Amino acid sequence: MGRNTVEIAHLTKKFGDFTAVDNISFNVRDGEIFGFLGANGAGKTTAMRILCGLSRPTSGEGTVAGYDINTGQEKIKRHIGYMCQKFSLYPDLTVRENIRLFGGIYGLRDKEIRRKTDVMLDMLGMQTERDRLAGALPLGWKQKLAFSIAMIHDPGIIFLDEPTGGVDPETRRTFWEMIYDAAEKGTTVFVTTHYMDEAEYCDRVSVMVDGRIAALDTPDSLKAEYGAENMDEVFRIIVGRRPGL
Amino acid sequence: MDMNAIEIEGISKSYGSVQALRDISLQVRCGEIFGLIGPDGAGKTTLFRIMTTLMLPDAGRGRVSGLDIVEDFALIRRTIGYMPGRFSLYQDLTVRENLEYFATLFGTTVRDNYENIKEIYSQIEPFGDRRAGKLSGGMKQKLALCCALVHRPSVLFLDEPTTGVDAVSRKDFWNMLARIKASGVTIFVSTPYMDEAALCDRLALIRDGVIIGAGTPREIVSGFPFRLLSVKGDRMYRLLKVLRDTDGVISCFSFGDSHHLTYDPAKTDREKILGILTEAGFGGCIVKEIEPGIEDCFMWLSKR
Amino acid sequence: MKEFAASVIKEFRHIFRDRRTILIAMVMPVVQIILFGFAVSTEVNDVRVVFCGDLSDPAVRSAVDRIDNNRYLRITGRLYNPAGIASVFRRNEADAAVCFDRDFGSSIVSGRASARIIGDGSDPNTAQMITSYIRGVLQSEQTDFSVSFAGGQQMSMTPVVQLMYNPAMKSSYNFVPGVMGLILMLICSMMTAVSIVREKETGTLELLLVSPVKPLWIIVSKMIPYLALSVVNFTSILLLAHYVMEVPVNGSLLLLSVAALVFMVTSLALGLLISVISPNQRTALLICGMGLTMPVMIFSGIIFPCESMPAVLQWFSDIIPAKWFIIIVKKVMIQGDGLASVSGELAILSGMAALLLAVSIKSFRTRLQ
Repeated sequence: MGRNTVEIAHLTKKFGDFTAVDNISFNVRDGEIFGFLGANGAGKTTAMRILCGLSRPTSGEGTVAGYDINTGQEKIKRHIGYMCQKFSLYPDLTVRENIRLFGGIYGLRDKEIRRKTDVMLDMLGMQTERDRLAGALPLGWKQKLAFSIAMIHDPGIIFLDEPTGGVDPETRRTFWEMIYDAAEKGTTVFVTTHYMDEAEYCDRVSVMVDGRIAALDTPDSLKAEYGAENMDEVFRIIVGRRPGL
Repeated sequence: MDMNAIEIEGISKSYGSVQALRDISLQVRCGEIFGLIGPDGAGKTTLFRIMTTLMLPDAGRGRVSGLDIVEDFALIRRTIGYMPGRFSLYQDLTVRENLEYFATLFGTTVRDNYENIKEIYSQIEPFGDRRAGKLSGGMKQKLALCCALVHRPSVLFLDEPTTGVDAVSRKDFWNMLARIKASGVTIFVSTPYMDEAALCDRLALIRDGVIIGAGTPREIVSGFPFRLLSVKGDRMYRLLKVLRDTDGVISCFSFGDSHHLTYDPAKTDREKILGILTEAGFGGCIVKEIEPGIEDCFMWLSKR
Repeated sequence: MKEFAASVIKEFRHIFRDRRTILIAMVMPVVQIILFGFAVSTEVNDVRVVFCGDLSDPAVRSAVDRIDNNRYLRITGRLYNPAGIASVFRRNEADAAVCFDRDFGSSIVSGRASARIIGDGSDPNTAQMITSYIRGVLQSEQTDFSVSFAGGQQMSMTPVVQLMYNPAMKSSYNFVPGVMGLILMLICSMMTAVSIVREKETGTLELLLVSPVKPLWIIVSKMIPYLALSVVNFTSILLLAHYVMEVPVNGSLLLLSVAALVFMVTSLALGLLISVISPNQRTALLICGMGLTMPVMIFSGIIFPCESMPAVLQWFSDIIPAKWFIIIVKKVMIQGDGLASVSGELAILSGMAALLLAVSIKSFRTRLQ
């Protein structure tokens, strides 16, 4: 059995008297695709920000990629990849300039960046688009490019925040195939989504409700546990139980 | 015969060199829920803005409730309700202030129309003095819907009301739509989620500014020209790659816990595929014939 | 009409709930007045003068008396040796020194009397101002002296400089009209511009446009709260200027207020125009900042006198509404002129208001883009 890329124990985050994340503990194993689900406002984003080293927990401890979430925030940021739906690329820079920029941010050498740019563009089939502005690319291409760029420094773990929202069905699937490829090469993938069919693609799935992790297991076990046909039903059973809706 | 609530014909619109909409024609019947389904950037919002008189089309004509979308824009604005894609209420005003303001704009009051919005409004009424910006996502959506309904519109336009909303809240929202429909309002709604298609009476699939299919969900599904297999097994990603390389397979994509596969019946069939998989070491695969869904149809139609 | 009232109330709510903006809008005028009034003061006020000379000489005594009795000057000490001036300045115990010649009184009849005025050049602007002011005082002394002692015989022909309306060259006389123009323009145009563009950004404008409410009502309802805010600001600047900076209101207060109202409408219309052409708040602010604030700062006379600019810039300054308003304020407040004197400027300002209002309302679309 491999090690854990993420180990979180008793993580809590409070904003004033509101508890956004309430004493959660979980591990993410090396090389697994970990689905991080939850209703809107359940605390997913808050928890993810802490894992990415963008915010300090109120209490609790843990490590991400081997670095402490309380003291090693800057190191965490260097050793993870991050991509979200809203911001991923600079629309007013070209494809190549975007790659260069992020390569530089993560401290790659010029030679390395040039090599990676070539490999990346070949793999994405975007050599002919390399001098186009990123903002002018179709959404699907943007997402794929953003994913590749988030992986430019070969991070041990990549965080994807709703990477496929609003993307057309086919691109959504090719995007997931990229995720699989990354996972096969050993990268741990931590992903949030509102598409329940995508939850099925994960090795393990956690469901957050009101700041707590209400369920965490493989999709198959969850389906068996809740007697559900698919993850959509599982999600509805778990989240639907919450009071006051 | 019933008049159509919305009729548009040959609508085109470009922004500079980008063609957002190409020759769009649609009919929406009175009292139905009509879904406009397509990914981001397909032109959904542009079409909404043209139909709600916020934008002029480059070409084409359209009518909403029998009124011309260009000539009679002032009249249309009295009769429709519109909920834009983003949450577009005043975040610094309270729930009650927002609702009252929009009622006043339409020359009416919340009290006069209380019955009309009661079912939804009663859920957020306890938070009447809270600023709209401080509401949770689901409550914001309910407030926006109340504001769009407070003047008893005959046609309700909802631009991507469920984008970024979790699966449970989405379900709740569609239940609300069903109740609004029951009160006689025509609903024109757009969404990027294909699974919501089944909840519409009729729908149009849009991609790159072109309508690639329209009709009832059943009609669209029955237009699917292939037989469809669902394949389930261990090591799903490897399975996908093997299936794609199999002779006679036209396309293969993941659909949740299984792969959906279309094939050429002249070259292969269910038994042959099962045999190939067993031979390749994928024991215990379940391969069965299934009915296509809207998403299968969308993927096929967008390739055509 | 009901929707109009509701819209005005809504705008007031926006303003009062945005504490930061309201604070800036209300405090900015006060801060500016104080900033210009005290920090950037180049005026002659409470100047400490030391002198060096023979007090037994009646001419010296009379001159020193005159300096000490002046409203803006006061004698703070006597030096026995001009060499001591430097150390007095270094210890910051005086702003200027006056050294009378040994035979000042006797040589005054022959016209050869001389007195040196020494200023503290570490602040050249102020020193310049102070020394020329003291010279003025001494010259008037000399004139009187000539008349009384020489029996009407003119000894020397020295021109006596006297500034009308502002003898002490108080800078507040200059900057108060400027700040008034600046503040009213900022509040009216910048805030209106931003408030409409903000609704474009949040998407609420879409909802307003889709409602049956007339765009004109939306626009006017946005103007009223800022007009009210500007009236408050105008009043506070006026009160501050009058009671703290001691700037007089020599002309008609009514005329001044009417001119201010016309100027506010001009600025509101300008803001509206900006909001129509800007796609987002950033652009609107940039246009206001670079296109309005800078020219007003430069052409209002707060920093540079307009008259010394090249002709092209002077023509350019003519199209800036604030310039005309500032001229009116100066004429009415300080010179005490009446309607007849400012009718030209008032007419230009009114014309600008009407034109801008017409253009901006016409270009406000009932649709997006």
